Parts: sequence; C-alpha cells; structure tokens
Amino acid sequence: MAEAMVALERRAGLSRQVLVLLVLGALALASIVLFMTLGARGSWSFILPFRGKKLLALILVAYSIAVSTVLFQTVANNRILTPSIMGFDQLYILIQTAVAYFLGAHMLALMDPNIAFAIQLVLMVGFSGLLFYWLFVRSERSLYLLILVGIVLGIFFRSLSNFMQRMLDPNAFQVLQDTLFASFNDVDTTLLGVSYAIVALASLVLWRMWHVLDVLSLGRPTAVNLGVDHKRAVVILLVIVSVLVSVSTALVGPRTFFGLLVATLGYLLMGTSKHRWVIPAAVLMGIICLVGGQTLLERVFSFNTALSIIIEFLGGLVFIIFVLRGAAR
Amino acid sequence: MIITSEVTKSYGTSCVVDGVSLTLPKGGVTSIIGPNGAGKSTLLSMVSRLMSMDRGTVTIDGLDVSKTSGDVLARRLSILRQDNHMTARLTVEDLVSFGRYPYTKGRLNADDRVHIANAIGYLDLTALSGRFLDELSGGQRQRAFVAMVLCQDTDYVLLDEPLNNLDMKHAMGMMRLLRKAADELGKTVVLVLHDINFASWYSDHIVAMKHGKVAAQGPAKQMIRPDVLSGIYEMDIKVHEIGGQLISVYYG
Repeated sequence: MAEAMVALERRAGLSRQVLVLLVLGALALASIVLFMTLGARGSWSFILPFRGKKLLALILVAYSIAVSTVLFQTVANNRILTPSIMGFDQLYILIQTAVAYFLGAHMLALMDPNIAFAIQLVLMVGFSGLLFYWLFVRSERSLYLLILVGIVLGIFFRSLSNFMQRMLDPNAFQVLQDTLFASFNDVDTTLLGVSYAIVALASLVLWRMWHVLDVLSLGRPTAVNLGVDHKRAVVILLVIVSVLVSVSTALVGPRTFFGLLVATLGYLLMGTSKHRWVIPAAVLMGIICLVGGQTLLERVFSFNTALSIIIEFLGGLVFIIFVLRGAAR
Repeated sequence: MIITSEVTKSYGTSCVVDGVSLTLPKGGVTSIIGPNGAGKSTLLSMVSRLMSMDRGTVTIDGLDVSKTSGDVLARRLSILRQDNHMTARLTVEDLVSFGRYPYTKGRLNADDRVHIANAIGYLDLTALSGRFLDELSGGQRQRAFVAMVLCQDTDYVLLDEPLNNLDMKHAMGMMRLLRKAADELGKTVVLVLHDINFASWYSDHIVAMKHGKVAAQGPAKQMIRPDVLSGIYEMDIKVHEIGGQLISVYYG
C-alpha cells in the first residue's frame, strides 16, 4: 500500500517537472518568435540577421548565467551565493582593464578581438581559480563570512578597475570603453562566434561529469564518502564557472542578481534539487526573462526603461528575502 | 583490519590527535569513547579520509587511505558524520539511492533497487520513503542517513555519534541494528559514542581516548571498570552488574 502510494507520488512528481519544463519551453519559444517578428518593418534580409545576432547573444548569456549560477551554488553548497555576488564578473572587468592598462591601447586596438578575449579568459580562469579555491576547497566557512568576502572583493575589484581606468591615457580608455559598455540593449556581438565555441566546450566537459553534480550537492563529507574526488571536481567546476561568467560578462557586462533570480526560480518550479531538472528550468527561465523582457521593453514600452534595472530589482529582492530567511532559521 | 600508525593532527598549536597507533580488528562492533575534545571524531574523520593527517598512515585491509582512489575506498568503507548539513532537497528514497553511487555512478539497475528497498526497510522507513528530508524529524533524518550508509554495502561502517537526535527507543533500535549488521552481515562497525552504557551493552571492543591519545583499549568487559572509566573521565564512576550487563552509574 505504502509502496503504491510512493510510486504514485513519484509518477506525479515526474510529470509535474516535465509539465513545467514544457510550459517554460513554450514560453521561451514564444518570446523568441515575438522577439524576431514583433514590430518588424522593412526588409527581412536586414531584420533577421540583425535581430538574430542579438537573439543568439541573449540566449547564450541566459544559458551561461543560469548554468554558472547553479553550478556555483552546488560547489558552495549554498543557495544564496552566486558567482556575481562573489565578485566573479567584477574580476573579469578588472582583468579587461588591466590588460588595456599594461598592454596599451594600440596593442588592444590592433589585436584580433578573439585573441584578446582568449588572453583575458586564461587570466580570468587562473585568478578566479586561485581566489575561490581556498574559499571552497580548504574548509567549510560560514555563509555570512562568504557573503562579506564576496561583497568586499566585488567593491575592491571595481575600485581597482576604476582607478586603472582613470590612469589610462584617453585613447586607451576609449578603446576599453567600447568593450566595457555592453548591456542587454547594446550586446557586444563581435565575440559571438568564439563565445559559442567556448561555451560548447565547457558544456561538453560538464556533460562528462554530469553524475557528480547531484552527489556534490550533498555536501563535501557525504560526497567524499561516496567516492567523489571532491577537490578535482570542484576545481573543474570552478573553471567552467569562470569561463561561463567571462563569456556572459564580455557579451552584456556584469549582472549582479540575474543568476540568483533564475536559479532560485529553477529550484522553486522543479521542487527538487536534481540537476537534470533544475539546470534546464533555470536556462529556460533565463531565456524567458532576457528575450521576453527585452521584447516587451523594446517593442511595447519602446525603451522607456532598462531591462537590467527591472531584473536586478527582482533579483535583489530574492537575495534580501533569502538572507532574511536564513537569519531567521 | 584498520591500522593507524602515528596518526597526528594539529590545529594551529593545539594537537588534537597525537600519534595514535591502533589496530581495529575486522568484524564486530568497536566503540570509541572519551570526554569532549579527546579527538575521537577527528580520528574517525582521518581514518575515513574526510580529513587529511599531518603525520602518520592509515590502512584499511592493506589499502593506504591517503593514496587509494576515493572510488575504491567508497566500496570498502563508509562514514557518517554527526551533522549532515546540505542544501539539496531530496526524498528519503533519493538520499538512500546515493548509497549506490560508488557502484553505478548514478545509473541504477535492478540489483541497486533491491539494495535500496532493503536498506529503507531495514531502518523502518518504508512509509516515509517518498517524504522530503526537510519534512522529517531529526531522528528520522538520522535514520535516513544511516540507511544510505548501509545501502553503500561496505565491509567497514564508521559512524560519528549515530545516537545524536534519537530518543531512547530509536537509540536502542539503532544499536541493535548495528549489532545485527555486524553479526549477520559480517560488517565491521566502528562508532564514536558518548553513552558508555550503550558502548558496554553492544560493543565487542572499546577504545578510550583522552587528550588526543589512546588512554586504554580492550574487550568491552575489561574496559567497563570503575578504575578505568574514572581515570578517563576524571570523575567518580561506579559499575554495577545488572542482568549480566555492566552498567555505569555516574549521575551524582
């Protein structure tokens, strides 16, 4: 009797997750279609490539931010921290600035943007790896300490970038500004090709260690008990996270709370923490927020407000609620 | 057989485990007792590779714990710690299924399902198997974790204070179960216990630790003696024989 009940519950649970994913998929598809067609005037041969490029970039950003956030939360064994809250994307900006500062503007202007991006990516993976390795691998630390460290690091990186930007000569600053001013409205599409290739590679590595993810979310002691090489898994995942954050930051600039928003919605909608459900849900949620939101703002409200403000506002609310709920416990 | 030799761990300047050399026989139930801060949990964590040691070696059936791959060890030895904080939202059945991970890496076969159902039944959790862990009481959650460890089906089962959060009935049930696992399934059970009467009643061997060192060890009957226990805990402990069992009295 009890077994039958459980079997029934499990079947119901399964269909709920599939159902939610189908609805999310339909909504994401609708946002994509609307984004491509709504308010289109003029020749399709212009509109399709123009909007298509932007669409591809937004989808890649949604994917990168959603996946990197969920992975990071699994590694940190915690639902409040995200790469951006821990200062990952500010670190990327700092590296971009430092490259411009030390290599000089003419070098940067002459260099193939793909190669410049590759250099920044390698530096980013190296530095973030070093920095977050001791935070998460060495020992278990208190959540509040980690949030504090993240906020301090974020501000520190930002101040350092600002300082370097002021020291740059105006020409170099001009070149740098071009790459720094990316946003949802003004996506930097020069790196689209190489970004897709890099994200595909990172996803391939992730695919091969798929089964480790659920075990890691049980916490370090249990994962080690079950035979996971914890240190190795965490290092590989942090590298993947750094790569994904670099790509999304290069395309649309830093986004503090977007990842938290979509990951949290993913967990909530799926009602489980199994990665095979949460990650697709978070990615679809990200596409709906970015592509759907951008369509709404561009076509319906004709740019009266910026999408990033709304998303950051909602994400910030989620963050505050989570911190307060954590404190109440 | 678990052999530790000269195992040492320090935090800063304080030495928590100080050159412990021990041989724990295969089979039976071994309890590690001792006052707070004696290094019991730290020793267990190092034996089970959750913690690295500063010096010394641990071997399990000849396998060096710090050199053997985690994968191989996970099929020989399982460990359950006191606090199992995790953010994952899982049902009891999901959690117990993870016990099969060392064998199948997430792809469960029919054989695994039998193991999972047995472990859940063994801990009397069948009615709760579809419930989420955050909907359970502390004791039920503790039993779910023990079920996972049993599902892992290892020769050696290490438990750090498994009676935490359990009421008398479930504490007794847990100890009976571990005794049964040792007697019927041939497991080697090593556990850290605070209740010396449970240690006396259910274990074959007792290891007593104090200040990071082994203070005394031996068969349970020889360890539950007023002079031995009083020395370890630095308090007056009387031992009475009741119904053939040695019971310590230390309440005042």
